[in-house]
Amino acid sequence: MIEARNLTKRFDDFTAVDNIDLTIRDACVFGLVGTNGAGKSTFMKMAAGILKPDAGTITIDGDEVFEKPLTKERFFYISDDHYFFSNSAPDEMMRFYANIYPSFDKDRYNKLIKAFELPDKRKVNTYSKGMKKLLAIIYGLSAGTKYLFCDETFDGLDPVMRQAVKSLIASDMADRGLTPVITSHNLRELEDICDHVGLLHKGGILLSEDLDDMKINIHKVQCVLPEQYTEADLKDLDIIITEKRGSLLTLTIRGSEDSINAAIKQLDPIFYEMVPLTLEEIFISETEVKGYDIKKLIL
Amino acid sequence: MIILDQTDRRPIYEQIVEKLSDLMLRGILSENTPLPSVRNLAAELSINPNTVQRAYNELDRLGYTYSVKGKGSFVAELCSVREEQTKLLIKSFSLDITKLYEAGVPAELLVKEINSIYGNNYSEGGSKQ
Repeated sequence: MIEARNLTKRFDDFTAVDNIDLTIRDACVFGLVGTNGAGKSTFMKMAAGILKPDAGTITIDGDEVFEKPLTKERFFYISDDHYFFSNSAPDEMMRFYANIYPSFDKDRYNKLIKAFELPDKRKVNTYSKGMKKLLAIIYGLSAGTKYLFCDETFDGLDPVMRQAVKSLIASDMADRGLTPVITSHNLRELEDICDHVGLLHKGGILLSEDLDDMKINIHKVQCVLPEQYTEADLKDLDIIITEKRGSLLTLTIRGSEDSINAAIKQLDPIFYEMVPLTLEEIFISETEVKGYDIKKLIL
Repeated sequence: MIILDQTDRRPIYEQIVEKLSDLMLRGILSENTPLPSVRNLAAELSINPNTVQRAYNELDRLGYTYSVKGKGSFVAELCSVREEQTKLLIKSFSLDITKLYEAGVPAELLVKEINSIYGNNYSEGGSKQ
């Protein structure tokens, strides 16, 4: 279990991560989403013990991370821009990681390198961006650690590789209880694999919930109300966003499906339909409430 | 075994439940056959094993499968599930008929429609086997 309590990180007068409380459970896929500059990578770097928190704590299985090599053996951090020693070949990097991680599985590494057909004789700096990413993932999976931190890892892979890597992660989760922590902008992708999602905005956490609960508690409704009613008659509902096109109302509402159904049916709508929300829409509506509305800036 | 629909907006575990239960009701997965292991299905579909586990729990709860400790899930005897399913279908059928009746559609039209699906032997208790 990874626990962050009142975690704060400042860069000069800019607060990148602001007083975050977060719990990442074992054997679940945790997805971290957020607006640009929300502090996702900074959070990840603190979890990996690269940055020292200015206030608060972050612990892995109850132990501090920063400058604690024994705690660091428990996770592998695939950074957004993974570092390879200059002029190194894949095998040299592998020996380096094998030295650091006692649980490193060399057979698995060799198998994966062959399976993905990576040219292991070539120097890593001649690799393409996607190949470097893949290589980093192979190190990560071979390291045999309990946690795997992936900072925008899937974004540089082609669709075939992405499926393959997801399958590998899935089997590692089932086989040895791997806990992946993933940041991404690709919400559709997170929706597929995550159990739990944390939504960051301007350094603070907007919500952290099980993906399915998230979908239970927020709904989108399209309706046409009879003339004598307006949306003001729905004031009992916790409406986040109201959009009106002609007589068609589109509402994003917090609350259970039943209570929303009941409230709207009372007004005897001419047309009424509940549309399921995607994670992308949840993301947009939650950040819009906090004044992050890019549409306004562009349109 | 099953293919997920990426454009479907429902949660993935619901899709798995629906697709697997469909296979069972159609008899493609017959009684007492084991379901694929959580690990294999998750790897095959490239999804989270917890999602698969959740779908399997749901199938257990709905009576489609039974699980044996250490061995996985197996297709259960589906008599009661089928009965339940038939009841549900008939209920929604009668709701539709009510709507048709209210819209003033004559009964002959419905009988014709039924005949075209069942063939003309419905009166002798014909049903799809």
